[in-house]
Amino acid sequence: MKRYEVMYFFREGIRGVFLHGFTSFAAVSVIAACLLIMGSFSLIAVNIDRIIEELRNQNKILVVVNESLSRAEAQSIGTRINRTIDNIEELEFIPKETALENYREQLGEQGNILEGIEDERNPLRDRYLIQLHDVSLMRETIERLEGIAGVEFAAASFEVSEFILSTRSIVKAVSYTLIIMLLGVSVFIISNTVKLATFDRREEIGIMRVVGATYAFIRWPFVIEGFLLGLTGAALGFFLQWSVYSSLTRMVNGLIPSFNMSPFDDLMIIVLLLFTGFGFVVGVLGSVLTIRKFLRV
Amino acid sequence: MVRLIDVYKQYDNGTKALRGITARIDDGEFVFLVGPSGSGKSTIIKLLTSELRPTEGKVLVNGFNVGIIRRGDIPKLRRTLGVIFQDFRLIEKRSVYENVAFAMRVVGAPPRDIRVRVPFVLELVGLAHKARRRPFELSGGEQQRVAIARALINNPKLIIADEPTGNLDPARSLEIMTILNKINSLGTTVVTVTHESELVNRFAKRVIAIDGGRVISDRTGGYFAR
Repeated sequence: MKRYEVMYFFREGIRGVFLHGFTSFAAVSVIAACLLIMGSFSLIAVNIDRIIEELRNQNKILVVVNESLSRAEAQSIGTRINRTIDNIEELEFIPKETALENYREQLGEQGNILEGIEDERNPLRDRYLIQLHDVSLMRETIERLEGIAGVEFAAASFEVSEFILSTRSIVKAVSYTLIIMLLGVSVFIISNTVKLATFDRREEIGIMRVVGATYAFIRWPFVIEGFLLGLTGAALGFFLQWSVYSSLTRMVNGLIPSFNMSPFDDLMIIVLLLFTGFGFVVGVLGSVLTIRKFLRV
Repeated sequence: MVRLIDVYKQYDNGTKALRGITARIDDGEFVFLVGPSGSGKSTIIKLLTSELRPTEGKVLVNGFNVGIIRRGDIPKLRRTLGVIFQDFRLIEKRSVYENVAFAMRVVGAPPRDIRVRVPFVLELVGLAHKARRRPFELSGGEQQRVAIARALINNPKLIIADEPTGNLDPARSLEIMTILNKINSLGTTVVTVTHESELVNRFAKRVIAIDGGRVISDRTGGYFAR
């Protein structure tokens, strides 16, 4: 392909965008709107997943060591746990003094009721806090922990772990279903908009064919036009998403100060890449598939 | 050169448009193709431009066999032709200059050649002063002259004019036919489909009359269709 031909295709692609202003505007708006709807829903799903992940991190197994063991023996149990059980993500040894201190902190102003039970009179025992890779194996892991010599007992809140598991799977199923549905609807609307834009020019395509234009020659300006419309729609959608998400973050953080939504800066790159990819594919594919119909004769 | 050898064409709906047409048009000829509506004239034009393939028989146009032409070779065949339609078929959103230049771009002509050739051809058809106008700003006769300029721009071997005067008044029709005659006198083969017996008789060229999908007359010098 010669340089002046490439330049011609680009010039024609850009010209097409402006020459068919209304259909271009419709295509860009539809792409941006679809991306905004899908993007907003996906970002909400990301935040819900993050909350669930935080809850999971807070739900740890408490392993209490037999009180007859010395400090050194209690510490050696950690190695045994790590060696015996694969499902351990994080294991933290907490001496009974630290456990008492933590308990006192939890009690806050009522912490003084613990006065006089320090040192030898400390009723607590050395312990481990364990976070699992796979929370669904919690019951099984506790049974195995209790089988390790020197472990007095292991405990965790099954209600919380089961709630996390079921909520997460529901959120995932709902998010995936809705995202796929929205994707299908978006592709349908966008391809129809592009089809409308191309249909508008079927006579022009017919004339091109009569004067001996090759299929590639006819197709390239449309591909470039679709590419430009897709990218413009993606860019518009991205900035709208940025603005909407930032406003939502400010609102939620104002209403529920304890809940921090993921800042947009953390998600910006992935959102930009996904939006650009979507805009590119929908714009180019939409034009290519539609124009193919008019090139058949 | 155009050769139609025992050509049959039956459409998918069963209509038999051509029933054994045989004709030969040599380089440099001017031929009128005449006949009533539904006689098969448009089908012949569509075969010559490779919009259709024959059901039976052979259609040879400028060295291409339309019956077996590959899809990728159709644009190559069309570049050896200049086609003029009754409804002009100009791109409304482009200027006169752009409509003509477009046909050169299609064949990969460099911009420098386009800048030289387009004004020359527009001058030939008397429209150099309207190069920046859009088709809708022109009269019917002027629009048809733009279509002629577009058909001429790549020096085609054969010009096919499908009812080129169908939308024009008698004076403009004569003007268009005079231009086509002039183009023919410079060596280009011209095939013109028309209903207008007055024009046919006036120019006294070879006339192939078609009716019912068959050639009913092929002679020079007048309108012999029934």
